[in-house]
Amino acid sequence: MAKVKANKTPLVRVSKRTDISGWKALGIRAIAFVAALVVGGIVTAILVEGNPFKFYSYLFTGTFGTPRRIWKLLQDLAMLLLISLAVTPAFKMRFWNIGAEGQALVGVLAAGAMIYYIGDSVPNGVLILIMAAAAIVAGIIWAVIPGIFKAYFNTNETLFTLMMNYVAMCLVNYFINIWVTSGSGVLGVLADGHFPVIGNQPQILTVIIVAVITVLVAIYLSRSKHGYELSVVGESENTARYIGINVKKVIIRTMVLSGALCGMVGLLLVGGIHYTVTADLVGGTGFTAILVSWLAKFNPIYMVATSFLVTFLNQGATFAADAYRLGGSFSDIIVGLFFFAIIACEFFINYKVSFNLKSKKNEAKKAEDAVESEVKEEVQG
Amino acid sequence: MKKVLAIVLCVAMLAALGVSLVACNDTADFKVGFICLHDENSTYDKNFIDAIYEAQKALGLKDDQIIIKTNVPEGNECYVAAADLVDQGCKIVFANSFGHESYMLQAAKDFPEVQFCHATGTMAHDANVSNFQNAFASIYEGRYLAGVAAGYKLQELVNGGAAAKIGYVGAFPYAEVVSGYTSFYLGVKSVVSNVTMEVQFTNSWYDETAEKNAANNLIQRGAVLISQHADSWGAPTACEQANVPNVSYNGSTISNCPNTYIISSRINWAPYYEYMIKCVQNGEDIAADWTGTIATNSVLLTDLNANAYADAATATAAQNAINTAKAALQNGTLEVFDCDTFTVGGAALSTYMADVNTDSAFTPDTQVIENGAFEESSKRSAPYFDVRIDGITCLN
Repeated sequence: MAKVKANKTPLVRVSKRTDISGWKALGIRAIAFVAALVVGGIVTAILVEGNPFKFYSYLFTGTFGTPRRIWKLLQDLAMLLLISLAVTPAFKMRFWNIGAEGQALVGVLAAGAMIYYIGDSVPNGVLILIMAAAAIVAGIIWAVIPGIFKAYFNTNETLFTLMMNYVAMCLVNYFINIWVTSGSGVLGVLADGHFPVIGNQPQILTVIIVAVITVLVAIYLSRSKHGYELSVVGESENTARYIGINVKKVIIRTMVLSGALCGMVGLLLVGGIHYTVTADLVGGTGFTAILVSWLAKFNPIYMVATSFLVTFLNQGATFAADAYRLGGSFSDIIVGLFFFAIIACEFFINYKVSFNLKSKKNEAKKAEDAVESEVKEEVQG
Repeated sequence: MKKVLAIVLCVAMLAALGVSLVACNDTADFKVGFICLHDENSTYDKNFIDAIYEAQKALGLKDDQIIIKTNVPEGNECYVAAADLVDQGCKIVFANSFGHESYMLQAAKDFPEVQFCHATGTMAHDANVSNFQNAFASIYEGRYLAGVAAGYKLQELVNGGAAAKIGYVGAFPYAEVVSGYTSFYLGVKSVVSNVTMEVQFTNSWYDETAEKNAANNLIQRGAVLISQHADSWGAPTACEQANVPNVSYNGSTISNCPNTYIISSRINWAPYYEYMIKCVQNGEDIAADWTGTIATNSVLLTDLNANAYADAATATAAQNAINTAKAALQNGTLEVFDCDTFTVGGAALSTYMADVNTDSAFTPDTQVIENGAFEESSKRSAPYFDVRIDGITCLN
């Protein structure tokens, strides 16, 4: 405990607040976002020769400049949102699943394996159903293994799910080596198992599927008994046990759901977007999803907004990096600045900061504070 | 509060719109787009990007006529990037990684008015898509010459009592890599006839840790000289730390490895860029399958580092031997894969069917032994030499 003289008040006081209005909280976040953009502009000005203000126009032209870029934005947003939704039920249960990357990747592998082995012997519609079943089952298996270990042996799920990511990556490379006998490690585009294209835009189907899943997950979490049970387990396992919730069952059931959604991610990546299998097809979104889910406070509807912001910044900053010929680290810096500002601003939402600059002039207040701190010292002593 | 926020947001949007409209009015009529797997932190991509600037300068093109997209993965992102470059008005789109090929081919089919050129690919010569082309270079000749330089260093080490054993860090057990390490080995063997080589694959084109570990493993197993075909600084850095001489690829590594760097071979892409751009500007067809050579200045060696040799006279002798071999390669008196210089399973190779044409089962389809030599890169620009010859052991 810092020693404060009885007759002196601290210059800065930080107090917890819980009564902040929704608009004020949103305002603070908006300020943080603008602050991140301003700092991004300053970083650009330091790094580039030429006009640093073009950074802002690149950010928008890179994302909204052409219909194709808007479709890319929507598709990437949908995929990031889906994998964020996948980790959310587990997070609400305070089960730190950082294995979404690997769970989606085994989904990729399972869907790809179905195309590779039976692609030319069954009709495309049947193949897609088999791919869906395989990808979802694979995702579930990958998620439920750490779930079972957590439920029965209380193992550390963070380390367990992290390790499973690497196993998944090695499995993918193993199968690619078997399939590609030339040794190049490149499978190339698979001929079968492509999803039907709606309205000449391959992204539409992905966006529709993810929109439906978002609504379903939102209902599941906020309106269903299951959703209630998993948040009780998250608040306190003992309370959950006391009111008769089977904690083991909830943990395993929630991980099955997480795994199934990750399997869907893998399925869409193979059948709807890339038509191939590579070890980096999930592209790190399984890790970005952790932040997206956290920033949205595990609310699926807010998650649409946080996924949009991350995707927008990523795509816009990548475009700016190429336009300025700065290389890939530039976009990482911009997205990092954004995360930093948004996470830092949560402090100002949860705590009130007040300054005490006029304390000398106000004798009465000084006396009051002195009494207050004496009382405090007594209590703490 | 609500109103203020709404006004602020509106102003921000309008400002952004205004700035973007101002930025949109650049109208260069001839543009070329480039797609790179990584950025300049990868030695492989840096070699391509440097060549872009070189070609841009040589042809007098302005900055806004050259659009480079970096960090484009080997997935549908490549197709989207290619299509976006077409949207921006590019007449040529070039991609630099093997895994980009399927997506480039698809883009070529969807945008027939634009030329799609792909480095290291194998499909163009029999894909029958007139605006899709492959390009590569006879880099095995460069690696052979780098091997000669390494041979002189190895002879120095052998004279000092070391065993004639070298190591090689390879990316994938793929023809491009096999052709590369075999030509390097044959170059060394032309100087030190009893040399043996161990090869360790990393199964990745860019994995700094794996490349470093592989190099260290080869050194521990007794290799006294290392070369590599992978794109990070992993292997050369490991060699500098262990004080083991290193033959590099994609460019000189002398800046970080002043004591151990011997020489590097690299493909110079500028001649191809200039060729493809001139073809389109003049309305001529680009060759479906283009192989750069020493003669086209596509196969280059960086400067020999005399400091890597114990004796300056050896460095001079190595340089002279390189010059002689280079002249012989150019006038046809020397062939890298001359069947008299290597054996397979103890016997000389007299016939070999290589997988030249594209099919999903990788079926061997073309006889490539002609006049007593394996004719690399003559049937197709991308390498197809995938023979495991005696003297080289693959560890994995």
